[in-house]
Amino acid sequence: MGETKYFDEMLNADGSIREPYRILGDWLDGQPKQALKQLSQDAETIFRRLGITFAVYGSNEATERLIPFDVIPRVIAAQEWRRLEKGIEQRVKALNMFLWDLYHSQDIIRAGRIPEKLIVQNDAFCPQMMGLNPPKGIYSHIIGVDIVRTGPDDFYVLEDNLRTPSGVSYMLEDREAMMHLVPDLFHKLKVAPVENYPENLRRTMESVAPDNCPGNPNLVVLTPGIYNSAYFEHSFLADQMGATLCEGQDLFVDGGKVYMRTTLGPQRVDVIYRRIDDDYIDPLTFKADSMLGVPGLFDAYRAGNVTLINAPGTGIADDKAVYTYVPQIIEFYLGEKPILKNVPTYNCSSDSERAYVLENLEHLVVKEVHGSGGYGMLVGPASTKKQRAEFSEKIQARPDNYIVQPTLALSTCPTFVGKGIAPRHVDLRPFVLVGDKIRITPGGLTRVALKQGSLVVNSSQGGGTKDTWVLED
Amino acid sequence: MLGRSAANLFWMSRYVERAENMARLLEVGYRMSLTERGEDGSSEYLLSMLQAAEAEEAFKEKHDTVDVASVAHFMLFDTDNPSSVKSCLFNARTNAKSVRTEITTDMWESLNSTWLEFSQVQPRHVLGNKLPSFLQSVKQSSNQFRGAVLGTLMRTDGFAFAQTGGFIERADNTARILDVKYYVLLPRASMVGGDVDIQQWTMILRAASAHRAYRHIYHDRYKAWNIADFLIFRKEMPRSLAFCTTSVTAMLGMLDQIYGEPSSCHDEAIKMAQFLTAGGMNKVFDQGLHEYLTGFIAANNQLTNAISESYNFY
Repeated sequence: MGETKYFDEMLNADGSIREPYRILGDWLDGQPKQALKQLSQDAETIFRRLGITFAVYGSNEATERLIPFDVIPRVIAAQEWRRLEKGIEQRVKALNMFLWDLYHSQDIIRAGRIPEKLIVQNDAFCPQMMGLNPPKGIYSHIIGVDIVRTGPDDFYVLEDNLRTPSGVSYMLEDREAMMHLVPDLFHKLKVAPVENYPENLRRTMESVAPDNCPGNPNLVVLTPGIYNSAYFEHSFLADQMGATLCEGQDLFVDGGKVYMRTTLGPQRVDVIYRRIDDDYIDPLTFKADSMLGVPGLFDAYRAGNVTLINAPGTGIADDKAVYTYVPQIIEFYLGEKPILKNVPTYNCSSDSERAYVLENLEHLVVKEVHGSGGYGMLVGPASTKKQRAEFSEKIQARPDNYIVQPTLALSTCPTFVGKGIAPRHVDLRPFVLVGDKIRITPGGLTRVALKQGSLVVNSSQGGGTKDTWVLED
Repeated sequence: MLGRSAANLFWMSRYVERAENMARLLEVGYRMSLTERGEDGSSEYLLSMLQAAEAEEAFKEKHDTVDVASVAHFMLFDTDNPSSVKSCLFNARTNAKSVRTEITTDMWESLNSTWLEFSQVQPRHVLGNKLPSFLQSVKQSSNQFRGAVLGTLMRTDGFAFAQTGGFIERADNTARILDVKYYVLLPRASMVGGDVDIQQWTMILRAASAHRAYRHIYHDRYKAWNIADFLIFRKEMPRSLAFCTTSVTAMLGMLDQIYGEPSSCHDEAIKMAQFLTAGGMNKVFDQGLHEYLTGFIAANNQLTNAISESYNFY
């Protein structure tokens, strides 16, 4: 008996292959028994050798791990992608307008469309940004939108990541590995390229350089350093763009301008793609004890002498509590109906909704408003009685601190699991660049929950990745 | 280029070179120790080697007997020893990781796989009869890394920094390898020039991979005078002090060209190269080989400081 309640990306309910997967399905059928195993091993060798690792905090013996990679790609049809693309574009446009409004006249609050206390009392709101005009009026330049699918036409946005979305290097390296492992499949299918992402990132960064930037803008990627879990990605992106990879100690501010310390003395810096959180970028403005950032950076930003990517304070737009208002945000600024759906979310502050939530925890997902990476969440169907009791207390103590959603029937994708091919749940993080125009890379990072039945795809929770193939017409 | 990146490239090469030379030093000590008949397995030769590496004190804090197993473990695997091969490879990889954007994939893969392999080696599996071939493999991986640098790295300032670090470290190590001979005492003064003396010198030549090249240059038996001349002054010999300092000068010259302005450390390097080409062996033996080498090592350190200052290493 097959499971019928999950949408299978490859198979129709009657077991026939869905059209976008036809060629891949035939190819899989034609593979000898050991072939996929061999491909998996080859892939692991490639990733290990390249050192595509992420650091795991609090684990001594293996501080660098590989993210498991699945050799069976996820396929998205051209028309499916076009819809996603439109929906994503609409969303990031509205969210950037929302950010401008919040840090200027706050029309949306005055119109009563979003509660004031949700914004101004929010840790992610950055009062220092009030009245500041970021170059070209853009707050979030690099965005990852997490999308899940529950049916042929049912796509839901799970989360918007407007601060420092990671994973783009995996999207690129997964493709690189696949082109190496199964070149013959690329001959048979027309897969949209993802390789120009770094070039587009460069163009995006250049297009938002400060107006007073002299000559060609000097671009840098600012990393917390080699012990950061995403350091590989930081160096990878700097490398692919031809930008300088800097740590805080490499930069300094003088006369309101940012410079880097080079072998030839100071050199002006114009655009900083910072992978350091708001609180740590400038000890003079934010956390005083932080050694990661650059003293005076925010003043240089405020003076319009440097562009920060993404702007401080963008986090307010991807706050889990604000998320529930995104459909209203889209309607308020664009006057359009949202193309992509939000996951319905219960409001625990309301007595009746909270009562329902507490009664039905085993069917629901509870997320801490400020949690990330799969920490601080309860997945009802996979939880123990004890865990549910804990969360029940937590929710009653601080109803505002949690969002609660129904467990979504995440679609599954055929995945190689050692013994053979089995369906595993997936999500998708496409990457968007916002500069002189909006550029969406066709594809993205597909994350897959490798454990049978698991709905948690985060790499820190044992999830893996697979390449995402957007087909061209 | 960021001053920090330049420093990382410089030290990355130094650590790779040092790892190789620790293996070379150990090789000299080990081979010499094979001819000894010491009580309780302790070895005078290995002790000399530790002295030349300036590691005697640190070693004795941890071990009572200077025998092959404990010395080899200390020199290869002990992470408390900042110059052990393992420490060097770890540091080289960390430096490389910090400058991933300045090095090539070939370089990274070479260092990364060397580290992964080395860190998985069980010391007890290689400390016995397998030691010579294990030392060989350490040298090979250093050769491979150097090959990756020469074959793939763009000839920009980063290349010059990486090469400079490698040559400075090699000069230091050749001086130390030669200096082992100072610490090794001959049973009687009359044995100078005798079989044991010459055998010791030969091993030093071997450690520098130079015992065959020697014949081509000198057409003569192994002689102390020639061997010292070979490893100090001969510019044909890629591990000699003269070759290394000349190469450092050339690399600093390359930086001047790239940057379009001369740096003060360049003068210092030129002075050192001149010092090495003037005088010759008479001067060395007048002064005393050990004193000469000690003076060189100090000057070499000073040059490192001058380079760090000129190019904003931090």
